Amino acid sequence: MASLADPITAGDSFISRIDPRIRLVCAAAITLPVAVLNIIDPAWIALATGIAFVFLARITLSNLLKRLCIINLFILFLWLFIPFSQPGEFSFSIGPFNATHEGISLALLISIKSNAIVLILMSLMGTIAIQDLGPAMQQLKIPNKLCHILLFTYRYIFVIHQEYTTMCRAMQARGFKPKTNTHTYRSYAWLVGMLLIKSWDRAERVHGAMRCRGFQGRFYTLAEFNTGLKDYIFLAASLLLALGLIFTELAHRGLI
Amino acid sequence: MNHAIIDLKDITYAFPNRENALNGLTFHLHHDDKLGLFGPNGAGKTTMLHILMGLIKPQKGKVELFGKTMADGKAFDEARLRIGFLFQHSDDQLFCPTVLDDVTFGPLNQGLARDDALNRATQALEIVGLAGFEDRVPYRLSGGEKKLVALATVLAMKPEILVLDEPTTGLAPEAKDRLIEILKGLDMARLVVSHDPDFLAATTDRLLVMRDGCIRPGELKPHTHTHIHEEGDIPHQH
Ligand SMILES: Nc1ncnc2c1ncn2[C@@H]1O[C@H](COP(=O)(O)OP(=O)(O)OP(=O)(O)O)[C@@H](O)[C@H]1O
Ligand SMILES: [Mg+2]
Repeated sequence: MASLADPITAGDSFISRIDPRIRLVCAAAITLPVAVLNIIDPAWIALATGIAFVFLARITLSNLLKRLCIINLFILFLWLFIPFSQPGEFSFSIGPFNATHEGISLALLISIKSNAIVLILMSLMGTIAIQDLGPAMQQLKIPNKLCHILLFTYRYIFVIHQEYTTMCRAMQARGFKPKTNTHTYRSYAWLVGMLLIKSWDRAERVHGAMRCRGFQGRFYTLAEFNTGLKDYIFLAASLLLALGLIFTELAHRGLI
Repeated sequence: MNHAIIDLKDITYAFPNRENALNGLTFHLHHDDKLGLFGPNGAGKTTMLHILMGLIKPQKGKVELFGKTMADGKAFDEARLRIGFLFQHSDDQLFCPTVLDDVTFGPLNQGLARDDALNRATQALEIVGLAGFEDRVPYRLSGGEKKLVALATVLAMKPEILVLDEPTTGLAPEAKDRLIEILKGLDMARLVVSHDPDFLAATTDRLLVMRDGCIRPGELKPHTHTHIHEEGDIPHQH
């Protein structure tokens, strides 16, 4: 959980100096077309873009690997099923299961797209300081409710984790050691139940505290966002890339 | 006689499936009052403060702040900007990613420009002796530091009244003395809940006792006893 709170970059970078609002727009503009791509060539381009962004954002290797491991663990499961479940030209077989070329291509396409999206989001959105994310979204006229949900989800992950650590410590301090017996299972059941109740109560009280300090649904920020030439060039390049991806996809589907 | 700025009339409140935490409680605070409130654990002090801030709604009774009846949430929204409320547990009060964000949160909500809010925050942190803590993460501070940051978030709003729920718990003697100095330096109406008689004696000039969800003013008899603190020479009540 600590990795969520700590910065994922090795300090100031080209991308971290770009206006957070521009970064949000670019992230959306590039990842949405990537998500619907059906052909592999533009997917490679997206992946290359993602890799370039990671360097431009100076993401630290450990953070990069941690996140890629998680996403690729899921993708690994896809590789266990997709190659064998698509109809098409026979490629190879494992026991009674026949893999097809189409199946393999599809699994590869999904792998490339997912990794590209993770890399792009990590470099463009993951580098926005959490205190700037709310205001940046609000200034882009994203609905207030959506901003609040995102920010409070982030905030309460920590609250829940904090409550969890406190309770684990309280249990340990009184000599609790997990074993395979009913006492252990019952204690864990209590832990989870109490965790939900305590987090709920805490959320209520923090909301009260926010109202006491005049919160009426709008976030203000200390950061001043400045959009300069560099930001607009970055935006233009990202939009061009997005258009290129959309264009190849449409051409491939024979729509243009 | 001047108007009460906090006026609770005949408040009754019970938590779900519990007997009454507050029983027909009545309480007034005038604009130059410095009141101390103490009473046994579970007497209902925190509950009363949450009701006067509009955080929970009493089943019976009336809350008036600054001469206006608090009929709905909207009325409370305005009144809250003028009352500085310190929560009993600082963890409930602090929620921003950095100390600076937390301390500027209130002033920005009050509509202050960014630079003014920053000034307020710097001042408030200086007052509580935490200059240089701006970039720290609130939930990773020590208990006492959290309390002081929470106090700074309240002071930064330059409220007209201070409502403090056990401001000294977790504070070392030096920090407590500092808090006494801060409060003596502020000529503001206040309501301080505390279990620390010396602290109450130093920062307030009248004491009330809460017992079983009621404030009974007649119950308190001034009495003398010996004790050691800076204000020993100044006449005061316990
Ligand atoms: N969320 C809750 N649900 C149910 N009962 C509660 C809740 N919070 C407080 N109580 C009960 O209400 C009564 C008053 O609590 P309150 O917190 O106001 O006491 P207090 O005077 O502030 O005590 P302390 O000096 O220990 O802070 C207590 O009996 C307490 O057990
Ligand atoms: Mg209390």
